[in-house]
Amino acid sequence: MENNSNFETRKPPVATTGILGWCRQHLFSNWVNSFITLLVIYFLYQLIPWFLDWSVFSADFWTNYKGELIVDRTFCSRVADPEGDHGACWAIIIVRFYQFMYGFYPPEQVWRVNLTYFLLVIALLPLLIEKIPGRKHLIKFTIAFPIVAFILLYGGFGFQIIPTNKWGGLLVTLVLGVFGIAIAFPLGILLALGRRSQLPVISMFCTLFIEFIRGVPLITLLFFGMVMLPLFLPEGLNLDGLVRVLVAVTLFQAAYMAEVIRGGLQAIPRGQYEAAQSVGLSYWQMNRKIILPQAIRISIPSIVNTSIGLFKDTTLVIIIGLLDLLGIGRGALADATWMGLSNEVYVFVALVFFIFTFSMSRYSLYLEKKLKTGINMGAD
Amino acid sequence: MKKLLSIFAVLAFAFSANAGTLDDVKNRGFLKCGVTTGLIGFAAPDDAGNWAGFDVDVCRAVAAAIFGDSSKVEFTTTTGKSRFPTLASGEIDMLARNTTWTLSRDVNLGFEFVGVNYYDGQGFMIPSALGVDDATGLDGATVCIQTGTTTELNLADFFRANGIGYEALPIETNDEARENLFAGRCDVYTTDASGLSATRAQADDPDKWVVLPNIISKEPLGPLVRHGDHQWGDVVRWSLNTLIIAEELGINSSNVDDMKSSNIPEVLRVLGVEGGYGEMLELSNDFAYNIIKQVGNYSESFDRNIGPDTPLGIGRNLNALWTDGGILYAPPFR
Repeated sequence: MENNSNFETRKPPVATTGILGWCRQHLFSNWVNSFITLLVIYFLYQLIPWFLDWSVFSADFWTNYKGELIVDRTFCSRVADPEGDHGACWAIIIVRFYQFMYGFYPPEQVWRVNLTYFLLVIALLPLLIEKIPGRKHLIKFTIAFPIVAFILLYGGFGFQIIPTNKWGGLLVTLVLGVFGIAIAFPLGILLALGRRSQLPVISMFCTLFIEFIRGVPLITLLFFGMVMLPLFLPEGLNLDGLVRVLVAVTLFQAAYMAEVIRGGLQAIPRGQYEAAQSVGLSYWQMNRKIILPQAIRISIPSIVNTSIGLFKDTTLVIIIGLLDLLGIGRGALADATWMGLSNEVYVFVALVFFIFTFSMSRYSLYLEKKLKTGINMGAD
Repeated sequence: MKKLLSIFAVLAFAFSANAGTLDDVKNRGFLKCGVTTGLIGFAAPDDAGNWAGFDVDVCRAVAAAIFGDSSKVEFTTTTGKSRFPTLASGEIDMLARNTTWTLSRDVNLGFEFVGVNYYDGQGFMIPSALGVDDATGLDGATVCIQTGTTTELNLADFFRANGIGYEALPIETNDEARENLFAGRCDVYTTDASGLSATRAQADDPDKWVVLPNIISKEPLGPLVRHGDHQWGDVVRWSLNTLIIAEELGINSSNVDDMKSSNIPEVLRVLGVEGGYGEMLELSNDFAYNIIKQVGNYSESFDRNIGPDTPLGIGRNLNALWTDGGILYAPPFR
């Protein structure tokens, strides 16, 4: 009986569990890794305090180091006192925050933009959260959202019309990104199905379309939309500049989306098609109920990947003269009041983009986890 | 293919040569003017989102001439690449976007430059510590140069003509050039003189940098309209000329009301007290009065946006009146 005390479970060696063990396993497994780890730690040690100091602790927000309200660049501590140890001058962002968010949208009408953002969140809810109550009704709203958003943002139906050359900043970035992705997604599905179609005309058209659009850079399409299209349109029919850009962005995204989804379609085993057909489902029923749900599920990482890519590519519109978030930032730097504060502007723009793209990638991870569990996929 | 191209050309011509821009603008109720996406001193949105700048003032002058209200302009932002197609397609009525007047743009692209509002030219900027006061003393210097531009060719010509050598540091954008110059990776930055002044103004200590007096190219910048609508071209041309003539005659935004009772005949003609010059342009006779009252004369616009008291600190030099040693000269108002 005494011997039993000898069977007391021994703990695993300290070196393989807990934080210490994890570190040892992942960071210091051999001398090369140890060296790289130390190097990275050193750089982070140098970089993070410096950046925090620049961006927060010795930075100006509303007032400078003398406590004066900053109204132009000469008030910024780092301009007024170049010898001193001063960080960023965020006043440029604070003073121009409205422009960064809405461009030149009339302030008394800006509630329309805010309402649109709010409705966008509601429209996204049924897509993002599966178990939300009343999902079926919300989905109807989601489908109607682009039209609602258009009327709210542009005008008509009793609303004052705000021409798109007054739009700018994050508004333009989001309009291009959200509308581009939202319209391109169904279009991409159709193109992907079309390319795999048994009907030669449809499959040839879709293949040609996809290959042509993928074969040229986005900037070429933007130029085509901006420069060539107006010359081909009949007189009097002057398509709005933003709409032309949106068309170019959407077509571009649709072609890429189509290829991503086609990849998903190809991963679905033949058996799935045959099983669907053998129970008498039509082509559309088969795709809607059996094939696409699986294909899209497999494609989620790539779908999000191309969407993030598109969201960032929208900054290319600056080359054709639309003032998106980055364009407004450059405009601010071109004003003699604020020139030279490019670090602040670019860091801020990068931060805004990061918030959006990082949320997108986090959400896709969540989605992957949720969909992978509990469903036994034929494709695995 | 050739046939197809000619059809496009005819189409493009048909849609761009529609006469009656002035009537279109009047019916619409505002002027559509193309400007840059942002160039210090020439065009940029202020904190309240209103466009301001030296080029913007030309747009405002035209709006004041037509509507008697300089705020009746909508600005379309254009880039170096999109400016000409935007004008050709009729999306904008005029372009005031520091555009150099060249033969091919005037003739081949089918535009009409109505005048020059700023005489620019390629110059050099160096650190004052270099102790050079003339560009011919820059032998062996490293030059930051935007690739694929006429500036690059002008630079090569200048150094070759003077028998001196240089090392080129190719860069893509103005921002890049500025960073390279301030970091000491090149000794010289060369671009249009107005751009150099803007770069200098952004330095932490502008006094450490000098713009050399050498100007090695002609860059006359001015507003332009589409070919074929001469009435419209005249309106823009005489709006611009009014700015210059007002300075010649000493009329500015603050004394313009008093000048109405002047005894100088040309002042009375300009302000619409005598003669029907506005009617000839199908404008009201006091169009020039409205321009001067609301926008000011050339020197007011210059001083407000790019002059010595602004961060740019550009001197009048070539842009002084012909009577003050510059080459600014407007045809008589009669």
